Amino acid sequence: MVVMTILTCISYVPDTAAKIGVTADGSGLELGGAKYILNPYDEFAIEEALLQRERHGGRVVALTVGSDAAKEILRTALAMGADSAAIIAATGLDSFGVAANIAAYANAINASLVLLGRQSIDHDSFQMASTVGALLGIPAISVVSKLDIEGDRVRAERDIEGGKEVLEATLPLVVSVQKGINNPRYPKLPEIMKAKSKPIESVEPVAVSPRAAMVRYQVPQLKRANKILGDSDADITEFVRLLHEEAKVI
Amino acid sequence: MSTIAVFIERRGGAIKRAALEAITAARFHADRVIALELGSDVDGLLAAYGVHEVVSIEHALLERYSSQAVAEAIAQWAKSRQVATLFFGATAMGKELAPRVAVHLEAAYVPDCVELAASDGHLDAVRPLYAGKVRATVRPLTERAVYSLRPNMFTARPAEQPSTPEFSTFTPSLSQEQCRVVVTEIVRNEGKLDVLEADIVVSGGRGMKGPEHFVLIEELAAVLGGAVGASRAVVDAGWRPHSEQVGQTGKTVSPNLYLACGISGAVQHLAGMSSSKVIAAINKDKDAPIFKVADYGIVGDVFEVIPKLIERIRALKQSSAS
Ligand SMILES: Cc1cc2nc3c(=O)[nH]c(=O)nc-3n(C[C@H](O)[C@H](O)[C@H](O)COP(=O)(O)OP(=O)(O)OC[C@H]3O[C@@H](n4cnc5c(N)ncnc54)[C@H](O)[C@@H]3O)c2cc1C
Ligand SMILES: Nc1ncnc2c1ncn2[C@@H]1O[C@H](COP(=O)(O)O)[C@@H](O)[C@H]1O
Repeated sequence: MVVMTILTCISYVPDTAAKIGVTADGSGLELGGAKYILNPYDEFAIEEALLQRERHGGRVVALTVGSDAAKEILRTALAMGADSAAIIAATGLDSFGVAANIAAYANAINASLVLLGRQSIDHDSFQMASTVGALLGIPAISVVSKLDIEGDRVRAERDIEGGKEVLEATLPLVVSVQKGINNPRYPKLPEIMKAKSKPIESVEPVAVSPRAAMVRYQVPQLKRANKILGDSDADITEFVRLLHEEAKVI
Repeated sequence: MSTIAVFIERRGGAIKRAALEAITAARFHADRVIALELGSDVDGLLAAYGVHEVVSIEHALLERYSSQAVAEAIAQWAKSRQVATLFFGATAMGKELAPRVAVHLEAAYVPDCVELAASDGHLDAVRPLYAGKVRATVRPLTERAVYSLRPNMFTARPAEQPSTPEFSTFTPSLSQEQCRVVVTEIVRNEGKLDVLEADIVVSGGRGMKGPEHFVLIEELAAVLGGAVGASRAVVDAGWRPHSEQVGQTGKTVSPNLYLACGISGAVQHLAGMSSSKVIAAINKDKDAPIFKVADYGIVGDVFEVIPKLIERIRALKQSSAS
């Protein structure tokens, strides 16, 4: 049997607690002192890659497309147990550009399983798995909460409105994973130390024209009534009246 | 003449509201709206919503749903008709299909739109970024563009005049290789309304103190005809199932009413509910961040306030029913 190559794609994003502002003219974002972290969903993608390798053998390659500083999260993936890591140093790409780079690399290493997080918490666009799958001409399943692989046959469960879907597919395949699929391991100190000396491959980006541009930013204006009452009986009656008569939602 | 094609998602035979919202939005931005159906299951609703044309995509290989094959089929149809703009609801299904269709059409994909605005020949879209902390106006740079519309952000409204749509069938050319993923089963969470599908969501947080007290949340949701939601703190504690979690790592909901009980309103929670039409909150801490985004609030103890609320709302429902 051929060795399974699992590619796990991870992104480097501002911590959700970061303050994100907009420049005075609305043309750009102010990310100022934001702390950057490994996208929380991508821990599940790394863990799932390691678990599948434990079951089926093969190797796990971690990839990020982004600034040089993103090497930090590749070290985390290596400390968790990835066999190797690569960075495609390119900034200012739109999502399509990132997907095109991921797809090119997946092709180059002949990945049979590409694992991603369900969403990147910066742009929350939920599109990478489908876009990469389409570019590779292979199926993709997103927001997966259970993944069983048997030979080249795959059975997956994904969350949908009001329940879940059970799917069957064959490898090669792109999968984005959801919290709950596994419990990501915490690397121990020796592994963290060992990861520091593992090489990180630098890959030349492929040039693609952007397909969409963010032309303007704004901070959403909260137009909320903001009527905050106490807890007296009269207040509770008034609260119900407001929801019924003013907001007309009950 | 501008044309927008809208993908019609059905679950259990019925057209999803997200599709009707997309049709309504399409009517504002195009002279001609085409509804794209899988199969030929047509009802009068599409005429009531004023679509000009209904196209049924039919193929023996589509008997079992395959996102890979359906995306391929939609793209083939759009190319054959030179349709440059497509709308999907940003549902679990739409979010998988739309980006794939965009790749096949070499189109821009604009996800999770909450507003649309035509400006000098472009159809721009506004979408939230960074957990809703900012919004970006996104402009497609390509000739074709595919949009997904966040559910409940656009109103679904029948047309003033119902239309008499033209009907046609499109048979894509598909191979088994393009159906390598299929849905084999759909498991419904029986007897439970999902936060993604409810007009009213009542959520409980750590302020509920323990799983046993969620009967209060369930009862309040039941009198309101709403669904039960939860903060991550209570899901992680194992008090509530993951399917109820609202927030950045849970579900993004935009109900008509979101009622947060004993939830502080952390930014990651707000990410999942701040686009709700009306937000109400009960919290004993008057400085809780949830009150900053709330339309209506009660500063008080959930254990005292919720039983009284249930009683008042029940009385209200009874008086309006009689
Ligand atoms: C990467 C990341 C992703 C996250 N994703 C999510 C997410 O998807 N969803 C989510 O919800 N959180 C998420 N969080 C967690 C989030 O930061 C908060 O920790 C969480 O939302 C807090 O839940 P809570 O409001 O129930 O609890 P708390 O913050 O502990 O708040 C409890 C509230 O209850 C009030 N209270 C206590 N007792 C009573 C009473 N008797 N009556 C009335 N009020 C009372 C308190 O005043 C307090 O405001 C995420 C965090 C991170 C780092
Ligand atoms: N720049 C990137 N480099 C590597 N992987 C990425 C990048 N951006 C997104 N991803 C992957 O795609 C997933 C979904 O992201 P998105 O569709 O952008 O919300 C993330 O969880 C990552 O696994």
